[in-house]
Amino acid sequence: MTDTTPTPESQSLRDWLLTDTPTSRRHAKFASFYKGWLRLRSNHMAMFGFAILIGLLFVAAFAPWLAPHDPYYQELSNRLLPIWSEGHVFGTDSLGRDILSRLIYGSRITLYIVTLVAMIAPVAGLLVGTIAGYAGGWTDVILMRITDIFLAFPKLVLALAFVAALGAGIENAVLAISLTAWPPYARLARAETLTIRSSDFISAIKLQGAGPIRIITRHIWPLCISSLIIRVTLDMAGIILTAAGLGFLGLGAQPPSPEWGAMISEGRRFILDHWWVATVPGLAIFTVSLAFNLLGDGLRDVLDPKDEKS
Amino acid sequence: MAEKNGKGRAAPALPRWANTTLSTLGSVAVTMLGLLFVTFIIGRVMPIDPVLAVVGERASQETYDAAFEAMGLDKPLLVQFGYYLWDVLHGDFGNSLLTAHPVSEDIKRVFPATFELATLGTIFGIFFGVPLGVMAAVRRGSWIDQVARVVALVGYSMPIFWLGLMGLLVFYGILGWVGGPGRVSIFYEDMVPVVTGMILIDSALDGNWTVFKDAFSHLILPASLLGYYSLAYISRMTRSFMLEQLSAEYIITARVKGMSERAVIWRHCFRNIRVQLITVIALSYANLLEGSVLTEIIFSWPGIGSYITTALLSADMNAVLGGTVVVGLIFILLNIFCDLLYKVLDPRAR
Amino acid sequence: MVFMNPGRKDPTTTKSDRRGNTMKSFSRILTTAALSVALGTTALTAFAETPPNMLVIANRIDDITTLDPAESFEFAGSDVIRNVYGKLVNFDPMDLDAGYQPDLAESWEVSEDGKSITFTMREGVTFHSGNPVTAADAEYSLRRAVILNKTPAFILTQFGFTPENVAETIVADGNTLTITTDKKYATSFVLNCLTSTIGGIVDMKTVMENEVDGDMGNEWLKTNSAGSGAYKLQSWKANEAVTLVSNPDFYLGAPAMERVVVRHVQESATQRLMLERGDIDVARNLNPEDVKGIMDVEGVAIDNELRGRLMYVSLNQKHPELSKPEVRQAFKYLIDYKGMEGSFLNGQYTIHQNFLPRTYLGAVDNNPFTFDPEKAKEMLAAAGVPEGLEIEVGVREAQERIEIAQSLQNSLAAAGIKMNITVGTAKQILARYRARELDVYLGAWGPDYPDPHTNAGTFAYNPDNSDEAGATGLLAWRNAWDTDGLTEMTAAAVVEGDRDKRAEMYHEIQAKFQETSPFAIMFQKIEQTGRAESVANLNLGGAITAVSYWPVTK
Repeated sequence: MTDTTPTPESQSLRDWLLTDTPTSRRHAKFASFYKGWLRLRSNHMAMFGFAILIGLLFVAAFAPWLAPHDPYYQELSNRLLPIWSEGHVFGTDSLGRDILSRLIYGSRITLYIVTLVAMIAPVAGLLVGTIAGYAGGWTDVILMRITDIFLAFPKLVLALAFVAALGAGIENAVLAISLTAWPPYARLARAETLTIRSSDFISAIKLQGAGPIRIITRHIWPLCISSLIIRVTLDMAGIILTAAGLGFLGLGAQPPSPEWGAMISEGRRFILDHWWVATVPGLAIFTVSLAFNLLGDGLRDVLDPKDEKS
Repeated sequence: MAEKNGKGRAAPALPRWANTTLSTLGSVAVTMLGLLFVTFIIGRVMPIDPVLAVVGERASQETYDAAFEAMGLDKPLLVQFGYYLWDVLHGDFGNSLLTAHPVSEDIKRVFPATFELATLGTIFGIFFGVPLGVMAAVRRGSWIDQVARVVALVGYSMPIFWLGLMGLLVFYGILGWVGGPGRVSIFYEDMVPVVTGMILIDSALDGNWTVFKDAFSHLILPASLLGYYSLAYISRMTRSFMLEQLSAEYIITARVKGMSERAVIWRHCFRNIRVQLITVIALSYANLLEGSVLTEIIFSWPGIGSYITTALLSADMNAVLGGTVVVGLIFILLNIFCDLLYKVLDPRAR
Repeated sequence: MVFMNPGRKDPTTTKSDRRGNTMKSFSRILTTAALSVALGTTALTAFAETPPNMLVIANRIDDITTLDPAESFEFAGSDVIRNVYGKLVNFDPMDLDAGYQPDLAESWEVSEDGKSITFTMREGVTFHSGNPVTAADAEYSLRRAVILNKTPAFILTQFGFTPENVAETIVADGNTLTITTDKKYATSFVLNCLTSTIGGIVDMKTVMENEVDGDMGNEWLKTNSAGSGAYKLQSWKANEAVTLVSNPDFYLGAPAMERVVVRHVQESATQRLMLERGDIDVARNLNPEDVKGIMDVEGVAIDNELRGRLMYVSLNQKHPELSKPEVRQAFKYLIDYKGMEGSFLNGQYTIHQNFLPRTYLGAVDNNPFTFDPEKAKEMLAAAGVPEGLEIEVGVREAQERIEIAQSLQNSLAAAGIKMNITVGTAKQILARYRARELDVYLGAWGPDYPDPHTNAGTFAYNPDNSDEAGATGLLAWRNAWDTDGLTEMTAAAVVEGDRDKRAEMYHEIQAKFQETSPFAIMFQKIEQTGRAESVANLNLGGAITAVSYWPVTK
């Protein structure tokens, strides 16, 4: 980062980042990123959500060291132990497995699902949306009709059908969720593309002889990204809940995997007398979804250009 | 999401309105056809055997083969789709394997249940969500804003099946304030003549207020649950639209001119966001009309969501197709409605 | 004449009925922590009541797809049909031990050669329509079941009836009906089959009035009724409710419950709350935890009734390792029977390790297998099974089965076998099982009619094990097991006329079955029903038939 910027020794990194007169494109990018970060940092709720997510990452990464027990170890004589039991802080489930340990290992699955969906659905939506928006004409009509068809589908039905067709399992659940999640991104990306396409700087680039692929990937995509990121973060909670819903219907992760939704589904039978078995994973899902929502809400305030005026 | 569906392509021979109507109808037809086709394909590639759904686990191979042929499964896929389309165009969705009734009759039975639930839920969501959103925007950063944010985000983040079971336990099991699962108490079953299929309306038409009260007590809990979710969505979107308006220049001008704050908020800002707001509400309504499968399961609510899901998992494809068509059609119609509204109410869109 | 009696009442049938506190642990926490005292008192408000002449039941009835007795083949469907249709011979709900009894047939006689049975019809019984029940109706009903040839038709066609020969083999003459089988069978076998759902006698005149395109009224009967039983069908709303109204002219006397409503309620917790609040009289799908929780609630009683359903695991004999005799046996030592029975299956399944359910003729109560990983390891080593063998089990989406599968996975791991669980919908898993594609299947089997042949004929009978035979209805075939000679023994047992000798033959078959079969039968079902204390005489039908509503009082 130093090759393009002759940094005077007196100038600290902070000043360099906060400068009003960036010396290069990269400098400008870093500077605006840093300013955004500062604004985000002043939003306590968003930071709270961010901290929870960092915590989740930590727990997932160090699961084997953090978990007090083997999450798969069954002990039928020790089943349904109450919360705060000796050696089992969150009690045990129907097969006598330690709920805390399962929760900790389950964080890996949750992260896995979230990451995969976040990598598939918005990308697919971005691709379809920008192509439709940029190309216009028949391409636009056809792509948008397809988007409409998928939008009009009852979502859980589409996901269920897909999972039922491919067989239950996490990967298929991820694909199914992505399949239902991409159309809104495509619409969003198309709308953004339409405004960008007619802007002067795109015409200028065109005059310089840039091809459509270059224009889309280098100039349109970067501009769509911020609104997409907000949308994805806000959708994360929905994705986690949909995955849990699939798990609840028995079509998500397969036993004995400690996926949180499946844990609720297993524990809901005891909800009247052994409420913690379903409630603890329920709270875990709630916490993570809330964290994503808080962060997304904060990001919207920071990144949404419409709000910047206020 | 507030995108326009209608494509106003120039065709000089026709007046503009006719052109728009035609292209709208055309796009609806194409979308519906695509919807049907995708559903149909899903049904055929699913490894759930529709024949087994008919003949049962213990059927002999001959019984199986006879049913296979009777269902027309030996014909090529496109031919099967053609036959199906032909029947649908004649208003015949076929019979459901699971219920042994014509699918259209089933839908007439299950859809009103969902409609009743979704409508009450949406009313709940609007009633609380809009004022909450407006207040949060007006007092941006105040405690009201924070509370509204927490209320909404908690709504977004709560697994509905957990909340549903807990609600049932507390308000029905322990407190006994509301009716239990199902649409009416079992002894009131079949007591009022079916007119609309919505028990609240049917019992009111019949003047049977005991049943009305009972049905309402069964409806209130699942409806408020769904209402909470729609509240969360509506209040967040209202807030965001309002913020946009409040920072607009004409508002600043209005304030400078000394207009009262109330007038600024309701007469100007709110007036300007109503189209966007209606779009949002329509969308959330459409989502509820799809039928919230999990809520329906927990509350033993015989709605369209659980109807389609059960049918899907048992390879009852006629029922799945019929249900999907209805849900898809409603979604598309609501979208068109929003577009029209957009064009009528928002001068900028003309 | 009556030499076989499958309906011995089981010792586990006890009625527990303890009084105690309504508040359960969670409710207590909630009320003390979150809710005020005032709210807490509401919780203790009196037990609400359903109308005195109406029986309200919560059950899972989503398996009903038809209510035509010639077609119905599911649990919830046979519950309805048993109360709507009379049969030639039937079980008395107040005395299942007595075996089949005269119903619409007053008496019967067996011919010299043992191939023909002639029934004399009861006089003065009418259908719900008012038409008299005649021998012609009985002839029509049985012929109809054979001609329609729906899934359960095999229960009748196994006696040699075909659509072509029914005109000669099922014949009414005045007040009598004669049926002629293709060879001599144990009379009890034939009559037991007639007590099953498919033996329901329909009102010929009413049914034929509703015939469409020569379907013998099948389409109409799916959702309507034309019987002579204690109840008539008022409405069936799929996945929602079945409503029955009483038949005041029922020949055994008008039933006390004028209306019976069975509401579909999926969740056990929900059923329990409804029972506690008095919105229903009977909850039929309570899980062990909810049973434990509701046991002490005032005004609620729990019934335990042994049913015919078995839970089993089977090994596909096409698998190179699983088809070794030692492996088949080792598997039976790798199941934690006691652990499961004592924990998540507590009170709802009892260990039973052979294919004839207890209370059936010839059933044995011999359960030699226990969880013994050391012994199993030795057997596996002797068979030369490689360490780390990986297999797949198919389970349908039902919580108790998934838990059994997980316990099995755990206990198999103790012997170095890695079992992957594939969960799917019933139809998905069944399709693969029927195609002989699963390594291991974990599932349940319920008898089709109250005769030992119903299970022997599927677990231990497989005349042609080739793929081409396509005998998908036979469990032995689905597991590609040639039965090691049990097929012939089963065929011999079904024609044996002497009751004791027949029972002895089944003992022999089962002894051999336990030693050689690829089936590890684990448990037999005990149905735990929660009911309002005031409800009396509710009999679910034991292991042999379905529920009866007409003796119920409250």
